[in-house]
Amino acid sequence: MDEQTVFASIDNYTKGGVEITGKDEPWRYLFSNMFEVTSNSQPWERIVVAKNLEFTIEATRAEGESPWYTCAHDETALLMQGAMEVHFIKPGDTSALPPEDKEGAVRLSGEPQGAKMGHIVASRGHLTLLPAGAAYQFRADGLAMILIQSVLGDESIEKWAEICQH
Amino acid sequence: MSTAIKDIADNTPINTTAHSESAPDPHNGYRKYAIGGFSFERDEYFARIKSPTGTHVVDIENFLRSMMRDVAWGFFYGWVNFDEVIGTVNHYGSVDLYMGTYNSAYREAGTDYTERFDSQNLLACFKSMLKDWTNTGFDPFAAPLETGTARGPKNGNNDAAVDFQRELADRFVTLPGDSEIRTDERGFPVNRQFSDVSQEEPEIHAEPGFEGEIAAFNLFKYLSRSPVTWNPSIVSIVKNSAYCPTSEEHILPIDHGNDRVEWFIQLSDEISWRVGDKDSGAPRAVVTMKAGDVSCMPADIRHKGFSPKRSMLLVWENLTPGLEKRYESGELPPVPAEF
Ligand SMILES: [Fe+2]
Repeated sequence: MDEQTVFASIDNYTKGGVEITGKDEPWRYLFSNMFEVTSNSQPWERIVVAKNLEFTIEATRAEGESPWYTCAHDETALLMQGAMEVHFIKPGDTSALPPEDKEGAVRLSGEPQGAKMGHIVASRGHLTLLPAGAAYQFRADGLAMILIQSVLGDESIEKWAEICQH
Repeated sequence: MSTAIKDIADNTPINTTAHSESAPDPHNGYRKYAIGGFSFERDEYFARIKSPTGTHVVDIENFLRSMMRDVAWGFFYGWVNFDEVIGTVNHYGSVDLYMGTYNSAYREAGTDYTERFDSQNLLACFKSMLKDWTNTGFDPFAAPLETGTARGPKNGNNDAAVDFQRELADRFVTLPGDSEIRTDERGFPVNRQFSDVSQEEPEIHAEPGFEGEIAAFNLFKYLSRSPVTWNPSIVSIVKNSAYCPTSEEHILPIDHGNDRVEWFIQLSDEISWRVGDKDSGAPRAVVTMKAGDVSCMPADIRHKGFSPKRSMLLVWENLTPGLEKRYESGELPPVPAEF
């Protein structure tokens, strides 16, 4: 039998939800759908859809070329829809980098000087490491959606009341 | 009156006596086990657990599936409820085994019983029981449609299944010296319910000198080749943030009462979670998650998942040491964001 595994996309998702059966309130589950969230956001905005103390998972609508970012710690990018390339540069001028204890991604003003580390060509379901200390740029030809595993930082946008069932 | 739950957590002495086991029963071939005030025996259909306050009888297949998770996870985070009566609470070094302690009816009747053990001793007891009670052809990690039965008299064993080790990446799958991708050659064929999942790996174009620094792999392929259900692996770690994806089918054999917040990200298909109060078991909510849905499990509930088709679930954990104490003391609220 050919199985039909259901993946969703910004144009084709069905949302579940929280039903209360006893003493509880729906908002406590911080329930959202990443495709709904990114259907309502601007390209490259990082909307926090999950948070555990300082750690985050951020949903990003990807279209065209992103700004260049860098980060003092590892992050990861899980492509949930579409196709993308991720390009990496080892910045030559380390004074332009965030301090080692800086949390979250930092947006750079442009492509940094430095050695090209290479690039990755990813499609749906691929998980990419964004290694600590590297600068990176996402490039998506069409519409894509990325989940970023990171730490709450300057680029993280929290808007729980807008995205969650309550 | 039974002891308040908080006092159990703080003041219980640790029983450091090892378990004992009998010779095989002359009729059905299974050994009997005892540790502290608890004893365990099985027959052709049921496991029978006795404590000083009573007897609890459970279906043997459900019991073995629950015990398999508890053993494989080293008692996991917080509460592993085998069902509404028995289970374990992890204190990281010691572990409580209980009957009725987190069931409001047992507690009101005073028939609840808890005993704290050295973790290694209870783990040794459970492992030995699991090996003896698992017959050939029954895999406690498999979905029911994929495996034979555990019922009937003693019939060989299935140590290969019981000894299955989940894969835990130190930083990121495919980095030099870290976890590997799953392939036919490594003994991870595509699961029958994920036969339509793309098996293409990403292209990695590393410049000379940067090989092994940039990395990517097909997570959906990785999950399509998971040979077990309800048993997370770790694929990436950012500081103390761990991606623990897993493939799920049929029912999570335990009711997990977490001692911290965890998050679920439904990557494919659908799971319904039945949520109850962590202390009493009283119903609280049903959370239905479809592909792309994201939901937290607050630190004050227990949850049990139901997956009608094999699905891909990203479980997201915070590995920060000592979190359980910060939630228990009330320093951290049970829900990780407010609005
Ligand atoms: Fe859980």
